[in-house]
Amino acid sequence: MNDKVVGKAKKIKPAGRRREQERREFLRTAVLAAGVTGFSLLGLIPAARGDVLRLRPPGALKTPNDEQEYLASCIKCGQCVQVCPVEAIILDDLQSGVGVGTPYINARDQACDFSCDGLQCVLACPTGALTHDLNYPAESRMGFAELSRPKACLAIQGKGFKGLARGADYKGKLRYDEIDRWNPIQVADHPYDLELCDLCVRQCPIEIRISQCAEGKPPSGDQNQCPPQHAIALEPVDGATNGAMVPVIKEGCVGCGVCEMVCPPEPPAIVINIEKFTDMA
Amino acid sequence: MSYITESLKQLFGAAPTRPSKEQMSVEVKEIHLYKKENPFTKADFQQLQEEHGPASTKWRNRRWATLIFINLLFVVSYYFDVQILEGALTASRFVGFHMADLNSALQVTLAFKHMVLNLVIGTVTVFIIWILLGGRTFCSWVCPYHLLSEWAESLHLYLVKKNWVKNRTFDRRVRTVFYVLFALMALISGYTVFETISVTGIVSRALIYGPGIALIWVGLVLLFEVFYSRRAWCRYVCPIGITYGVVGAISPLRVKYNVKDCHHEGDCRSVCLVPHVLDMTIKGRASDVNVDVSADCTRCGMCVDVCPTNSLNFEMKGIGKHL
Repeated sequence: MNDKVVGKAKKIKPAGRRREQERREFLRTAVLAAGVTGFSLLGLIPAARGDVLRLRPPGALKTPNDEQEYLASCIKCGQCVQVCPVEAIILDDLQSGVGVGTPYINARDQACDFSCDGLQCVLACPTGALTHDLNYPAESRMGFAELSRPKACLAIQGKGFKGLARGADYKGKLRYDEIDRWNPIQVADHPYDLELCDLCVRQCPIEIRISQCAEGKPPSGDQNQCPPQHAIALEPVDGATNGAMVPVIKEGCVGCGVCEMVCPPEPPAIVINIEKFTDMA
Repeated sequence: MSYITESLKQLFGAAPTRPSKEQMSVEVKEIHLYKKENPFTKADFQQLQEEHGPASTKWRNRRWATLIFINLLFVVSYYFDVQILEGALTASRFVGFHMADLNSALQVTLAFKHMVLNLVIGTVTVFIIWILLGGRTFCSWVCPYHLLSEWAESLHLYLVKKNWVKNRTFDRRVRTVFYVLFALMALISGYTVFETISVTGIVSRALIYGPGIALIWVGLVLLFEVFYSRRAWCRYVCPIGITYGVVGAISPLRVKYNVKDCHHEGDCRSVCLVPHVLDMTIKGRASDVNVDVSADCTRCGMCVDVCPTNSLNFEMKGIGKHL
């Protein structure tokens, strides 16, 4: 106390300057606090507007139009990304605000084909953002397939499909049980020759499980998952003479996105509607 | 004042306690008096400089090696699928064992209001590790942003020396304000607001999963530190530092200051990220012959490296001086 008084009495100017410096520091600090807080709050805008809604990995703690719990619980570590055998999961970026670093799937580039069988991403999640309540692929709710461009659908036109589903440069992978039970291969390495295009049904992971169950060979030999409900089927087009069929999405669809991924037309005839889950149809 | 209270006080932004004459031990008073009566001469400092030579880089090298090794381990584990350290700094698995960054875990818990067992296990594991290793040790030995910021700092100091930029300081208490604000925002909004702008998380994920536009934010923060305010993010904003600092307040790993040979020339304070923790190295300030540096210290060892009189050293309380 004494020192201060003496200091003030001796040198009035420096004390005044010091007060001025303190005032400036206080103002700077207030601007810094407002600036950083304001910037961090900007991150809430995409969430509030619903812009961050995306196709999320299996077990994501969300409803079709509310991802709040999912975004709140995700710790943004990417362990789900690391365990996915087909590398379907990618992390979101800063334009999604609070969604930065949260995992999502771009089905057209690489869908989740459940080739890990055991829902590895769910098991890897440390926070329960991908909830452990889930035991089998058929229990996941990611979205619901939708025939968005029926005119483009080869089956509806009665056409077959020969060649590579997505071209030679396509990087996406799928697991083909008949080729390698354990390792997914590139779709570009797997040409098809189909009289009528049925890729969306043929590659549907749920439909594949149904046939595995019928053969008595479900994944991991676990009979509890047998049989899941049908997810998609080709049904005859009324009055068609050329054998045309229409893909009909059934209540077993979980929205994994494989149909959207393998559909040959560009853009695809079938896509995942993330704002719909099967149970709430 | 006890070490823990003094540490918390400094962590939350208060100035270090200046001990009164009565609070000083008899021995240290004798040392202060002796130094007052026999002040160091220019020749003393010159001699000291010649004897000591340029500052050692021992601790800096060890620290950089550790920081790079840990962050590379994340990258390598993913790229070569060796599964040693999976995930990112926010949460990971070390050979299968869950680990969670304490601050990220806190933000998630505040926003989600629920904690699953794996997160509890990861948080407790990391909590114990940093109690043993000194809390804010995380900042300087692990955080990848710290290393970028250190390089930005040397550029900043060069520009200051050239008189091209001026360093502006902020009120250190603002970090506590941020801490409370980020906690409240997570709690009220239900979103992990701080994680969105956490440069630690962004840099860690960018290293492992590839760069994104979030790095622009990191770049802006670095530019702010180069051209406006030295180490601003770590000093005035980052809540991770407070979280780990509180853990470090009960850690036995500290930097210890011994006043006896100290020339009080202030080299340690000039290299320090949090120079207020070294206030006891100012002439006549030490309350005892040996004083432990508070928990706001990141245990980076720069002061240990630079000290010409060997007055600052790492110690493990209860085991005595080590390393």
